[in-house]
Amino acid sequence: MGHDHGHADHSELSEIERRVRALETVLTQKGYIDPAALDVLIDTYQTKIGPRNGARVVARAWADRAFRDQLLRDATSAIAELGYTGRQGEHMIAVENAPGRHNVVVCTLCSCYPWPVLGLPPVWYKSAPYRSRVVRDPRGVLLEFGVTLPADTEIRVWDSTAEVRYLVIPERPAGTDGLDEEALSALVTRDSMIGTGLARSPAGP
Amino acid sequence: MFHAAWESRVLALSVAMGATGCWNLDMFRAARETLPDYLDLSYYEIWLGGLEQLLVAKGLVTAEELTAGRARYPPKPVSRTLTADQVAARLAKGSPTERTPPGPARYRIGQRVVTRATPVDHHTRLPAYLRGRAGIIERILGPHVFADSHAQGLGEDPQWLYTVVFEARELWGNEAAPGHRVSFDAWQPYLEPA
Repeated sequence: MGHDHGHADHSELSEIERRVRALETVLTQKGYIDPAALDVLIDTYQTKIGPRNGARVVARAWADRAFRDQLLRDATSAIAELGYTGRQGEHMIAVENAPGRHNVVVCTLCSCYPWPVLGLPPVWYKSAPYRSRVVRDPRGVLLEFGVTLPADTEIRVWDSTAEVRYLVIPERPAGTDGLDEEALSALVTRDSMIGTGLARSPAGP
Repeated sequence: MFHAAWESRVLALSVAMGATGCWNLDMFRAARETLPDYLDLSYYEIWLGGLEQLLVAKGLVTAEELTAGRARYPPKPVSRTLTADQVAARLAKGSPTERTPPGPARYRIGQRVVTRATPVDHHTRLPAYLRGRAGIIERILGPHVFADSHAQGLGEDPQWLYTVVFEARELWGNEAAPGHRVSFDAWQPYLEPA
């Protein structure tokens, strides 16, 4: 992370870096922002809030039927029980994959994404091609992610247009009966919780 | 997540300025969407442009100050400045948008509805591909701050929010695969009875 404020030599900065630096300087001098708060914000989203949070939610749902039922009934409160709340996850809905039923999440208008459980969205999620194509041709998009679904599997695409955020509960892989929650959570990928991937198989690579 | 360090700075600047209370998230979305060169910009260039545009529009900074990279005029008072020790609590709290009901919900689960067919000249969260389409009310999400009004500075104007589900064929014609459905979250003013 290059946010060394004492850096005197700006000559190597790109135009956009210079513009961001100028903006931050003006806002700091005006007292509108605290640069130390920016550092905490960035560190939070780079190291503390990310898809490991969501993976713990999914693993709990796989391991604990009552929690799974609560997650489907009221995801906001179920997820809050694990300590994940707040910005861009104020109103959560969990949608469950099952044999014959697959869910995929998108925000066609911008990049709405459940930050408390998945962190900030990956670059492809924010890209125009994913946003415009997945609502029209989800099977084609999934294929590019390496996901092939049976021909008769129903696909639901959830377009996050309001402040409700969606978390996909992927199918629990076979051969995981003896695993505890921690081992289960290691099988839950970020993409499997967006619906562009499946959970890992314990025997797999 | 980030290609470059400046992008993370833009995200953090946006969150920190949002916390001052000078605008709301819907206004920030509207500012980003209405940038004249929106289609030519990368994702965080759009955020940066939207942030600069709002700052100037609200009189918090001048274009001259942004060019110069230093403050030349006294600050305008803001409600609060987010400090490092407040970040965790602020993020954990977020900004819930559910409100008390403005009246009874007009639609019930299973009812057939049609989305508004015409474009509007202000910020909205009805995507163009879902205009004038028939779908089914699947879930009643509760009354929520209405993005269209909120973005225009007209207050929160809470409206009932619904999940509406469409058969892909209704959206894309016969090329759409059977068993493919799309749903979105629609405020009541976006809908009419079918």
